[in-house]
Amino acid sequence: MRRLLGIGSVVGLTLTAILGLFVTPPDRVMGTLVRLLYVHPSVAWVAYLAFGVTALACICYLWPRTRAPFWDRLAVSSAEIGVVFCALTLATGSIWGRPTWGVWWAWDARLTTTALLLALFIGYLALRRVTVDPGARARRSAVAGLVAFADVPIVHMSVVWWNTLHQPATVLRPSLASPTVSGSMAWTLLLSFVSFTLLYGWLLMHRYQNSVLESRLEEEGMEIALAERWAEAVPSGVGR
Amino acid sequence: MAEAVLLRNVVALAGRFPVLAGADLTVAPGQVVLLRGANGAGKTSLLRLCAGLLPVASGQALVLGEDLSLDSRGVRRRVGMLGHATQLYDDLSVRDNVRFSVRAGGGSARDADAALEMVGLTGRLADTPASRLSAGQRRRAALASLVGRRPELWLLDEPYAGLDADARGLLDGLVTSAVAGGASVIIASHEAGQVEALAQRTVTVAGGRTTEAVLVP
Amino acid sequence: MFRDAVLVAGKDLKVEYRSRVGAQQVLPFALVVLVIFAFTLDANHDLLQTAAAGLYWVAVLFAGVLTVQRSFALEAADGLRDGLRLSGLDPAGIFLGKAAAVAGQLAVLELFLAGGIAVLYSASLHGIVLLVLSAVLATVGLAAAGTVYGIVAAGLGVRETLLPLLLLPVVAPVLLAASKVWEITLQSGPGAWGWMRILVIFAVVYLAAGVLAFGPLLEES
Repeated sequence: MRRLLGIGSVVGLTLTAILGLFVTPPDRVMGTLVRLLYVHPSVAWVAYLAFGVTALACICYLWPRTRAPFWDRLAVSSAEIGVVFCALTLATGSIWGRPTWGVWWAWDARLTTTALLLALFIGYLALRRVTVDPGARARRSAVAGLVAFADVPIVHMSVVWWNTLHQPATVLRPSLASPTVSGSMAWTLLLSFVSFTLLYGWLLMHRYQNSVLESRLEEEGMEIALAERWAEAVPSGVGR
Repeated sequence: MAEAVLLRNVVALAGRFPVLAGADLTVAPGQVVLLRGANGAGKTSLLRLCAGLLPVASGQALVLGEDLSLDSRGVRRRVGMLGHATQLYDDLSVRDNVRFSVRAGGGSARDADAALEMVGLTGRLADTPASRLSAGQRRRAALASLVGRRPELWLLDEPYAGLDADARGLLDGLVTSAVAGGASVIIASHEAGQVEALAQRTVTVAGGRTTEAVLVP
Repeated sequence: MFRDAVLVAGKDLKVEYRSRVGAQQVLPFALVVLVIFAFTLDANHDLLQTAAAGLYWVAVLFAGVLTVQRSFALEAADGLRDGLRLSGLDPAGIFLGKAAAVAGQLAVLELFLAGGIAVLYSASLHGIVLLVLSAVLATVGLAAAGTVYGIVAAGLGVRETLLPLLLLPVVAPVLLAASKVWEITLQSGPGAWGWMRILVIFAVVYLAAGVLAFGPLLEES
């Protein structure tokens, strides 16, 4: 399964690159810049997907009936991938924005929300790093992850209002997602979505496997720790 | 009547370290039990577990009839713990500290004042900020918080440390009257002598496990 | 729950009254922030007047982070976290009490800062009803979110650096909405009420989150 996903994503991404770079036509307005279309939207999609999975896993961990280490591991695995893809989204968006809008950064609603989302989940990962006890870490970070995610709609709503009310809308008009898409472009776009999603699945499974191994290491340590703890009683010889 | 404390093969973890590694303990209502053992043997952890502060990783733990592996919160209001830390807010006066603690446990300000009287923290001393108390006075204040809450199970961790002869006598008196009122008491202490007069049983703790020692007549 | 909340809030405010950390450290800090902003904007009165609302809320936010840190630092001393857990107080009550105490301290601070922008930035404070109402809502939201993250970061050695990282992105909508209401009101513009909705939603969401989550978060770290 994992190998299949791996092969699928590598083949898919290679095809996307070939189609995107050589086969598809350049855009009438944006010229060859339009080729970012095959990277940016699908990377952004993976970032949102990953954060969504994390939030879902946090809910499942907090819900007493479904509480299991599985959800905690899934949450952190997905969050790590999400942070990487979210940063990539901002980077590719910025690269695209410079020639299109003339600025590296526009205070557009989607961009601002995404940046705050990245900050929220960097905080989530930082919190995980500094909490040692696995149980406490799982509980705290599940709450933090969920509460952070609950913030996203509020952030988005406020940012949308903010710039509909106070930003000159002209800068934002040539929107990122509206070059005319047709024929080979549409297929390449679709392919990029599919292959980036496969890549996400592949990375997720690897990262998940990692955390399983980590906790198995901890559990094996447990038996040794118990034995060592019992041994402490022997040299003193009290009560024996 | 059910046992006040019933532990069977209890394991408890601090991080990944098993502070309790299969501990057993039975305490009948109205009994005073002395815990013995070297530093780091698990005495404090045993007390913290009984107070519902340390989660049960495995094994069976019933305290005052409540199953700690199901709910560790219900028991907390009913036990009183006196530990190394005195749990005082430095900026508050002794009276405010004790009142807060007693009222949080469901008592009244009058219960708190009565408890202060019992431990001999009255007059000007009661209105002193906790930060200005001596170590012994801090322990008296902590003791007042405990007494004012009228716990059914007393968990005393090295209660004699830093107390002068007067205060030791006072503590013994309070323990005796609590036991007369039906409370159970677990005392962890290195010090021999004084405590053994109070305790009916001695339990030795080593390496996170417990062994029943010889019955004290 | 509410009895416990009153008890905890009373205790926290009493600690603050006795120690005066808020009055002697946080408040002067916030005022210094206002002065620093004036330096960076070249003490340009027109610019300061325009930016007054935003700068005001940034100062409130910084002071809020400090207040939340203080609120949990005082529980970190001498086994008090154990004390709170042993106390038998309802965790939801503890949350509401601590949040109320933080909100109370922030409210006082906001009064002084309002005086600060009136004097330093020559902002003319009118439309008092809107200003006060939005400040109350924003303060409740800040205190609730701050208290949730305060307990999340409590007991960790890196509390001081972690809390701002966790808290600032979360309260961004409050900052935005509150400074918009103030900006619009100070310049007598329309459309302030729309922003109130965000403040209400934020406050409700984080109060609910705190009431539900505080119990599990207070447990063993």
